[in-house]
Amino acid sequence: MSALASSSSARRAFWMLLAAGSLVLAVALGAAHYMEEHGHAVTGMNNQVVWGLPHVFAIFLIVAASGALNVASVGSVFGETAYKPLAPLSVLTTVALLAGGLMVLVLDLGRPERLVVAATHYNFRSIFAWNMILYNGLFAICALYLWSLLERRMGALTGTVGLAAFAWRIILTTGTGSIFGFLVSRQAYASGVIAPLFIALSLAWGLAAFYLAQCGLARLAGQEAWDEALHARVRRLLGIFVIAALYFVVVHHMTNLYWAKQAAFERFILVSGTPYPALLWGGYVVLGTAVPLLLLFHPRLSGPRATAAASVLVSLGALAFLYVFIIGGQAWPLEIFPGYEASSSFHDGRVDGYSPSLPEFLLGLGGLAASFLIGLAGARALPILAPPKVAMPAAAPAK
Amino acid sequence: MNPVDKRRREFLGSAAGFAGAMIAPGVFLYDYANAGVSDGASRPRSPAEPASASVRWGMLIDTTKCASGCRECVDACNRENGLPGTTRSTDSQWIRKVDLKDLRTGKALSVPVMCQHCAEPPCVDVCPTGASFKRADGIVLVDRHTCIGCRYCMMACPYKARSFVHEPTTGQKPDVPRGKGCVESCTLCVHKVDRGGTPSCVEACSAAGHGAIVFGDLNDPQSEIAKRIREVATAQLRADLRTDNGVRYQGIPG
Repeated sequence: MSALASSSSARRAFWMLLAAGSLVLAVALGAAHYMEEHGHAVTGMNNQVVWGLPHVFAIFLIVAASGALNVASVGSVFGETAYKPLAPLSVLTTVALLAGGLMVLVLDLGRPERLVVAATHYNFRSIFAWNMILYNGLFAICALYLWSLLERRMGALTGTVGLAAFAWRIILTTGTGSIFGFLVSRQAYASGVIAPLFIALSLAWGLAAFYLAQCGLARLAGQEAWDEALHARVRRLLGIFVIAALYFVVVHHMTNLYWAKQAAFERFILVSGTPYPALLWGGYVVLGTAVPLLLLFHPRLSGPRATAAASVLVSLGALAFLYVFIIGGQAWPLEIFPGYEASSSFHDGRVDGYSPSLPEFLLGLGGLAASFLIGLAGARALPILAPPKVAMPAAAPAK
Repeated sequence: MNPVDKRRREFLGSAAGFAGAMIAPGVFLYDYANAGVSDGASRPRSPAEPASASVRWGMLIDTTKCASGCRECVDACNRENGLPGTTRSTDSQWIRKVDLKDLRTGKALSVPVMCQHCAEPPCVDVCPTGASFKRADGIVLVDRHTCIGCRYCMMACPYKARSFVHEPTTGQKPDVPRGKGCVESCTLCVHKVDRGGTPSCVEACSAAGHGAIVFGDLNDPQSEIAKRIREVATAQLRADLRTDNGVRYQGIPG
C-alpha cells in the first residue's frame, strides 16, 4: 500500500489535493482554449515580445526538471548510497516538471492542434527540433530509470541507466540554454555562457523543487521527511548550487558589460528598464539568492522549515530571473541600424511594453498544477516515498 | 497541272498553314518567356516547373530616392496581400518605413524594411518543422500548413521582418493564404513573380515617381539590379551576421 493511502486522513488529504490541482488545471485548460479561440491578441504578447509569461513558467519547469534528477544522480552515478532511497521521487519529480513545462509550451503555440506536425516534420538544423527529441528521450530514460529503481530484478541496470540519465539531462539543459544562446541577432542572448548558465540554474531550481516535493509528500504520508544528517547535506548542496547559478549570471552580465556595444542593453536590464532591474535585483538577487543563502547557511536556521522556505524563494527567484531574461531580453529593440536612431510604426528603435494577461498567467499556473498532479498521483500509485528514516552510512558523514 | 497534283498542292498548303498556326504561338510564347531573362526580370513559370537555383531574386533600395513620409510601398503591400494596414503591436506589417537619424551628423533617412530574403536565413535554421524555407531562387517563405506558431523564427530574425497572426483573419486574397496562429512575412510577391510580374511595392514606388526600388535577378550580370550593385556602393543590413541578404540598400553605410 502506498504511504499516501496508509490512513484515512492521508487518503482524504490526497483526494482534496488532487481535486484542488485538477481545478487549477481545468481553469488553465479553459484559458488555453480561450487563447486559441481568440488568438494571441488576448495575451500581452505582440510582434516584439513574442514569448511571454507562459514561456517563463514553461522554461522554469523544464530547467527545474533536469535539475530534479540531481538526487538520483548523486546516488546512482556518484555512488552516494545515502541518497539512493530518494532516487525514485527524484525521477518522478523530473517527469512531472517536464510534462508540466511541455504542456504550457504546447498550449501556447499558435497552432497547438498541429502537434502531430511537430512530431513528424523535423528540421535537424533547429535546436528546437533537437530539444523535442531530447525531451521525449528524457521521458523514456526516466521511465526505464524508475523501473530499474522500483523493480528488484531490474536493479542491475540502475547504474547504467542512471549514468545515461545524467548525461542526457546535461545535454538537454545545454539544448534548452542554446535555444537562447543561438539567437545571434539579439543582444540579450547570443552567448555560449547561456548553456552552462542554464545547467547551473537547473541544479539549484531542480533541487529546490525536489526538496519541496519530498517535504510535501512526506508530510502528506505522515512521515518525517528527512534524516537529520542527510538533510544537512542536501541543504548545503542547495546552497552551493544557488551560488554556482549566481556565479554564471554574474559572468554573463560581466561579459556584456565589457563590450561597449552591450552597454546600453546592460544599463536597461540592470538600472533603468522598469520593471526589469527591480525584478532582477529584488526578485532574483535578494529574494531568490541572498535570503535563501542566509536561510541555508545561518547556523540558527538549519531546520527543514528554513530549507523549505529557501526552496520556495529560490523557485520564486527563478521566475523573476526568467521574466527578466525572456521578456526583458525581447523588450530591448533589435539594433538593425547601428549608429542611427530608428523609429517606425513597428516599434523599431524603442523599448516595447508587455503586460501579461490573466489567461497566460492561468496557463502558466496550469503547468505547475499539471506537475503537481503527476507528482501526487505518481507517488500514490508507485512505492516512491522513501522510508521514514533514511539511514546514513557510517562512511559518509556530513562534511 | 492534273487534278491530283492540284489537290496535293492544296493539301500541302493547308497543312503548312495549319502547322504554322499551331507552332507560331508556341514560338511567340517561348520568345516572350525568355525575353525577360536577359534583363533580369521575371518570366512566367508553370506551376509544375520548379524554381530555378540559377536565379536569385533581390531588391535594391536607393535610400536617396525614398521620400520621408511616403507610404506607397507599404500601402501597396497591404492591398496586394490582404493585410489590414493597421499598426497595433499585434498587427502584421510585412513592410514598414523606418525613419533614421544619423547619431553623429543628424542626417535623416527613410527606408523601407521587409524580409531580407537571406541566403543564410536564421529563421529557416531555427524552424523546428521546416515550415520556414528558402526556395531555390532565394525567396524565403513560410509553409502555412506546417507552421505550428512557435515564433522561434521571430526570435531569430535579425530584421524584425516577421509577424505573428494574433487574430482571426478577414479579407484574405486567393493568392495569399493567411491564418491565425501562423507566422508570416514578405513573400517578395511570389505569386506575381512566378507569373512574370514584379513585387507590388516596387510597382507602387515606381508609379509614385520615386523609382527607389529595383527588383531583379542578382545572378544575371545583365540585369539592372546586378549592374547597379556593380556600379554603386550598396550595403546589407547587419552585414556582420553574414546572412547574405537578397535586399540591398544604397545610401547607408555598409
